[in-house]
Amino acid sequence: MADIRYDAVIIGGGVIGCAIARELSRYAMSVCLVEKTEDVCSGTSKANSAIVHAGYDAKPGSKKAKLNVKGNAMMGDLARDLEFEFKRNGSLVLCFADEDMPKLGELYQRGLKNGVDVKILSGDEVRRMEPNITNEVVAALWAPTGGIVCPFGLTIALAENACDNGVEFRFHTEVKNIEKAEDGYVLKTNQGDIAAKTVINAAGVYSDVIHNMVSETKLHITPRKGDYCLLDKEAGTHVSATVFQLPGKYGKGILVSPTVHGNLLLGPTAVDLNDKENTATTAAELADVVKKSAVSVKDIPYRLTITSFSGLRAHEDGDDFVLGEVSDAPGFFDAAGIESPGLSSAPAIGVEIAEAVAAKLGASKKGNFIATRKGFVKLAEKSFEERAAKIKENPLYGVIVCRCMEISEGEIVDAINRTLGAKSLDGIKRRVHQGMGRCQAGFCTSKTMEILSRETGIPMEKICKNSDGSEMLSHKM
Amino acid sequence: MEVKNLTCIGCPMGCSLTVTIECDNIGVEGNTCPRGADYAKKEVTNPTRIVTSSVRVIGADIARVSVKTASDIPKGKIFACMEEICKAEMQAPVAIGDVVIENCAGTGVNVIATKNVSLKK
Amino acid sequence: MKQYDIVVIGGGPAGLAAAISAKKAGVTNLLILERDSTLGGILNQCIHNGFGLHTFKEELTGPEYASRFIAEAKEMEIPYQLGAMVLSVSPEKVITYMSKAEGLVQISAKAIILAMGCRERPRGALNIPGFRPAGIYSAGTAQRLMNIEGYSVGKEVVILGSGDIGLIMARRMTLEGAKVKVVAELMPYSGGLKRNIVQCLNDFDIPLLLSHTVVGIDGKDRLTGVTIAKVDANRQPIPGTEIHYDCDTLLLSCGLIPENELTKEIGVGMNRVTSGPNVDDRLQTDVPGVFACGNVLHVHDLVDYVSSEAALAGANAAKYVLDESEKANAHKVVIKAENGVRYTVPQTIDIANMSDSVTVRFRVGDIYQNRAVCVYYDGKKISSRKKRVLAPGEMEQVILKKNSFADCPELSEIVICTEEA
Repeated sequence: MADIRYDAVIIGGGVIGCAIARELSRYAMSVCLVEKTEDVCSGTSKANSAIVHAGYDAKPGSKKAKLNVKGNAMMGDLARDLEFEFKRNGSLVLCFADEDMPKLGELYQRGLKNGVDVKILSGDEVRRMEPNITNEVVAALWAPTGGIVCPFGLTIALAENACDNGVEFRFHTEVKNIEKAEDGYVLKTNQGDIAAKTVINAAGVYSDVIHNMVSETKLHITPRKGDYCLLDKEAGTHVSATVFQLPGKYGKGILVSPTVHGNLLLGPTAVDLNDKENTATTAAELADVVKKSAVSVKDIPYRLTITSFSGLRAHEDGDDFVLGEVSDAPGFFDAAGIESPGLSSAPAIGVEIAEAVAAKLGASKKGNFIATRKGFVKLAEKSFEERAAKIKENPLYGVIVCRCMEISEGEIVDAINRTLGAKSLDGIKRRVHQGMGRCQAGFCTSKTMEILSRETGIPMEKICKNSDGSEMLSHKM
Repeated sequence: MEVKNLTCIGCPMGCSLTVTIECDNIGVEGNTCPRGADYAKKEVTNPTRIVTSSVRVIGADIARVSVKTASDIPKGKIFACMEEICKAEMQAPVAIGDVVIENCAGTGVNVIATKNVSLKK
Repeated sequence: MKQYDIVVIGGGPAGLAAAISAKKAGVTNLLILERDSTLGGILNQCIHNGFGLHTFKEELTGPEYASRFIAEAKEMEIPYQLGAMVLSVSPEKVITYMSKAEGLVQISAKAIILAMGCRERPRGALNIPGFRPAGIYSAGTAQRLMNIEGYSVGKEVVILGSGDIGLIMARRMTLEGAKVKVVAELMPYSGGLKRNIVQCLNDFDIPLLLSHTVVGIDGKDRLTGVTIAKVDANRQPIPGTEIHYDCDTLLLSCGLIPENELTKEIGVGMNRVTSGPNVDDRLQTDVPGVFACGNVLHVHDLVDYVSSEAALAGANAAKYVLDESEKANAHKVVIKAENGVRYTVPQTIDIANMSDSVTVRFRVGDIYQNRAVCVYYDGKKISSRKKRVLAPGEMEQVILKKNSFADCPELSEIVICTEEA
């Protein structure tokens, strides 16, 4: 039998698990989050469109619609409290043909029903707003509340704040099975048993597997892969709003969007897979991204592509989020099937699940909850004087490691040594964006590894890109 | 008579050389300079290479000091030479030209340092 | 704000040679800003030999070549700052840099010499599909880890791209005990020097597959293999030609990109082919007093050419600072690259005020055999020189003499091209 019994154990350290953890940390209860990789934000949360949707898209009355609109509304305050990057740049949905206008109208009506501020613009109005929009565009839906967010920043901020408020994080911990126990569950993991009064399933593309361990009402998640291309900052102002395509004669459509880091993001494709680990981009899909993006926006400088990647959306057969206590598994809560608009909905899902779990346990809110969290020092964004002062305070802020993003050694050291600090190269990258620039860590890989090794005591040969098995080096010469 | 086509490695021009071998007579064509002829003759009789690598350095701010064979060694001795280089170690300070290994792998050629390394600050 | 006559950005081979030359020309108030912790730039990790045949008439390794320039710069007491990262340069030549020692600093310069070098094209820019595991390195990154830090990056290696760094690393990793299985090159010819094919690949029986590329990357955590396919004339993979290689390491040697972010910030006019600034025969950009040399200007094949080019930039920057008349705007004749010649450096020449001769460097866009390199002045053929081989991997040059312009003071265009010999 496990020695500790938590009030709640959250399975999965993505944005949903971390949002729930943060909300649960408001209550007087013991909470643990288990994550199979070395860090939070390692699955779908790290590879998505980084969009905070306005909420016009989901079917009125669906969980997706309700939580998207609520999550969108929460995002501004959350970004302020937890200091992550978020910007309301507005969204456009482009219509390319007169015969598709009724569909645009439908979307407009849906937006109104969902309570979203929406407006229809003519083609010329759109082009005045975004000069690079193609001439084929006849009209567009404009939603000023649409936004862009740093998905790493959001997830890590939620996790750090949860940790600061007492949530225990266990990494490298993979749930192999779940057994019902008297008054709760026992999680069988690769790190031993973990007992919990309540269990929250936030396992992303594996949320069906986890759910099906305890319930006879089976879920089925299809990993829906999307490939993206990311362009250099030089292309980052090519559009200022997030530009979607109205599903129509060009198919499902892809988006063109600036990112909060100043890059330009193109994607995603949508291919249904069986393999929950298949995050390999394909030549055909990357070509599709290029082809379809050119329909929306002209003169995209594709030669400025700095990387491509793919992510898996957890699409549930029922086509909506699966949220709440499972009927035949009391004390087991699902946050499953969280595909788009999952990132946008995350703050609201966190609240909804946490309230349900707290109610189940009869937990009350604690008095000493810390609602704010200090963001990462971003020297490149500071004024000359502020930057000079920071360097005086810590000379390591004066040593640039990542040239392209202007990230200093001091910032990397901070990323490693703070709450839930980075343990891998990707962990550093997600926290302070080292290596995310145009050279893609060509110059700074060795220096960053050295810093990580020095600060954590992990020998150089054991430094990983991300999870175990992703060692960067073979041996010391 | 045997004919061989070689690319000269004497300099970055990489001249295409045609070597004709007839008993002890070796003819070279296609070279732009005398080094090309020398290279071709050597290449068909006793090919040699300069080996460059690095060895661990103790007591310095850096981990490795670069080294090379002071002159070219027979091609067949490259890996024997590397074996000795892999085991070698230097103590800082090191000056360019310092001997790292004497008579490496029995070639009669020394391995020497190609970098100045000062003592750890 | 401290004022300098000349600030050289970059302390690699170009920056060192430029500074030495500027000081020799009489400028004493100068400064080299180097972002790394040592002078010498990329030469420090290029521990192989083959440097300096032109400059020193002997074959040196990278560190040896660098040490000669470093020693000279130190002897001449040229001031330099290490660990100094330039953050911005304004069109008024105010330079903001930061370092551990000095913090954040602003200085101004009468002339600036850009010598920031280049970077490697990363995987993302190549758009290679597949997973994103550990074990994929640009060749130069792996070179640094091996030669400077002393760590080997892998045991079974595939190399994409036959640029010189990739070829050199094929040999380097083989010597250190790794198995280099294949080098794949997208183009029908190698981008590297012929001598490196011989001594880095052929010597170790490493196959070079021309017109091949990587079409798949396997391994979720660490690389487990790559798939290589043949490409057609449009560089598109041909289905059915895929070959799988088990490997734990993929090195990329697929081209170098001049690091011109600062240059663009100054507002200097850029060249789309070289990805470097446009310069005149003084190696001055279109912003007066801003000069460029080395790989930031265009990617070189030999460091010897970098050194001589940089020396010219240094001397001209000194002239600019010391001689007011140099600042006059002159009539510049455009040099056009045509018919197989991809670009030229410089791109313009001031025939009235030029020195006795100007070396115009260029690269060709394809492999040519027995082809002539020709020069035309306003449509009139001035010279034709037959070359046995012209290859994109190797830089070519023509020398334009001042006296050749004596008959055409009103010249409007110079064309450098290749022709059937």
